[in-house]
Amino acid sequence: MSAPSVRRAGNRVFVAGVALLILWVLLPIWLLFVNALSAPAEVTGFPKRFIPSFDLASLSFFFGFSGVIDALWNSVRVAAVTMVLSIGVGAPAGYALSRFDFPGKELFRFLVVMTRAFPLPLLALPLAVMFIRTGLDDTILGLALVHTTLALPFAVLITYSLFSGIPLELEEAAWTLGCNRVQAFIKVILPLAAPGIAASAVFAFVISWNEVFAAAVLTVENRTLTAFLLQSLDVSPLPLKFAGGAALVLPALFFIFAVRKYLFAMWGIANR
Amino acid sequence: MAVIEIKQVAKTFGSFTALHSVDLTIADQEFMVLLGASGCGKTTLLRIIAGLETPTTGEVWIGGRRVDHLPPRERGIAMVFQNYAVFPHLTVFENIAFGLRMKKMDQAEVTRRVTRTAELMHIEQLLKRYSGELSGGQRQRVAVARALAMEPDVILMDEPLSNLDALLRLEMRAELKGVLAESKTTTIYVTHDQVEAMSLADRISVMNGGRIVQAANPVEVYRNPAARFVGSFIGNPPMNFLAATPAGPGKWQVAGQMFDGPVAAAAEFAIRPEDLHPGDTGLPAEVRVVEPLGPHTLITASVAGQPFRAILDSTLLPAPGDLLHFAPAPDRIRWFDPATQTAL
Repeated sequence: MSAPSVRRAGNRVFVAGVALLILWVLLPIWLLFVNALSAPAEVTGFPKRFIPSFDLASLSFFFGFSGVIDALWNSVRVAAVTMVLSIGVGAPAGYALSRFDFPGKELFRFLVVMTRAFPLPLLALPLAVMFIRTGLDDTILGLALVHTTLALPFAVLITYSLFSGIPLELEEAAWTLGCNRVQAFIKVILPLAAPGIAASAVFAFVISWNEVFAAAVLTVENRTLTAFLLQSLDVSPLPLKFAGGAALVLPALFFIFAVRKYLFAMWGIANR
Repeated sequence: MAVIEIKQVAKTFGSFTALHSVDLTIADQEFMVLLGASGCGKTTLLRIIAGLETPTTGEVWIGGRRVDHLPPRERGIAMVFQNYAVFPHLTVFENIAFGLRMKKMDQAEVTRRVTRTAELMHIEQLLKRYSGELSGGQRQRVAVARALAMEPDVILMDEPLSNLDALLRLEMRAELKGVLAESKTTTIYVTHDQVEAMSLADRISVMNGGRIVQAANPVEVYRNPAARFVGSFIGNPPMNFLAATPAGPGKWQVAGQMFDGPVAAAAEFAIRPEDLHPGDTGLPAEVRVVEPLGPHTLITASVAGQPFRAILDSTLLPAPGDLLHFAPAPDRIRWFDPATQTAL
């Protein structure tokens, strides 16, 4: 084969790969939305229409379903508490990792990641027992604590790389210009890191929002949306499942989309 | 009014000793340059004076006040960093005003000082811009203006010109010298660039291996190096060194020539490349490379098997392989002790 034809073949493979990846992500999302926005009768039909009929019957049935609004509100509250806790604990840890040398630093970093090494089902039973003993079972805070544990490694590692990207010189300059450590952090580091911290907070929110297992095991009355759906999945009709799925995916997609540019490039840091 | 006294300051990082018991006094309004190759401890010393690093032992006094236990903000210093450290989220105006606002100065005074220092650094038209919209040279000006606006007792500069291109560096060098002389602050300036050091300094502290080898005015450092290292580090090309064999008390034989020298057990002969006169007698040199540089010609030669450089008038154009004789100017010959590496 001559060089141009090799290049053309390579191009085709590249395009095919890109198309496959796009389909991989978009096809399920498209199916979800088409079915969620179709009349219940159309959901089981095939072939699908590319543009859904925008029949809101499934969605309105879903939101009218007893317990859905409560579960949604629980999800929001748990995710919000998770977000606050994981940034409140994770960002200082990330700052410490990026700015200080202390004995056991590498071990600490390793342990932070290690928290993700234990499968949640392994921890769920002892956790449930412990939560019942301490009265944390079936509470927003209790579930948020578990979700914080899940989100914390990401919060620590994201903020660690975020703070590492801000030159120490900027902080030192602030110190020589009259700031103490806290003032320098608030006046110089925080404004520069804020978009990234917000992105990392949204990430924590989404982790909690999407988490099923702990939510299902640790809550009974105060179920989050994921746990609620899991519980009622077997007994609910197909249109309801799609509507629930869409209601779950939409906020996560929206949030990630909103902070996408901060996840890619933190402003001002590239050109100091 | 700020005299800086550094008393037996030492700094170790783990098993690495960055500074060995340094003593240095810098007079009020003096422009002191710390000069040395990278890793010689000059930046560490500057950061200890700034309070960004704590000395392992020793004391730092600024204006008669012991400051080594104080944080940077309480030392009456301002610093210009190598990468400028201009805050990217603030305008140039707010960058220059940053330290003044920390001092809770009223708005009128802030505006007055920012305007004045911005004019001094010729950046008054940039006050509304952000650092991302500035060139390297402009950021440098903002960093200097920010330090000057504090009206500090001491300005510390850590290689402030090293990231600028050659032409801009030359321009900023002259400007800095003028501005800092007018501001009447004591200045400590760290650089590895000997030309920068010579042109700016009232006094140069040449550092090597965590020690100050010589602290003297630029001409003294150039003419009378206190150590072999100073002669070999300062000057482009550096000093020539030749082995000398004793030939009676105070007499030394260098490359077959007799010279009057110090009375010592051993000595090394040294001469600057520009202090040589070509003639019929003198050190025999076999020409290796000839580099015409315009105003003069640089000759790389070999004298008794040792490398040797000479700067000659550009009218003289020898060819490689020629044998020349260089007569050293007698009052410019220096002698070093090969054991201690210090001047004899």
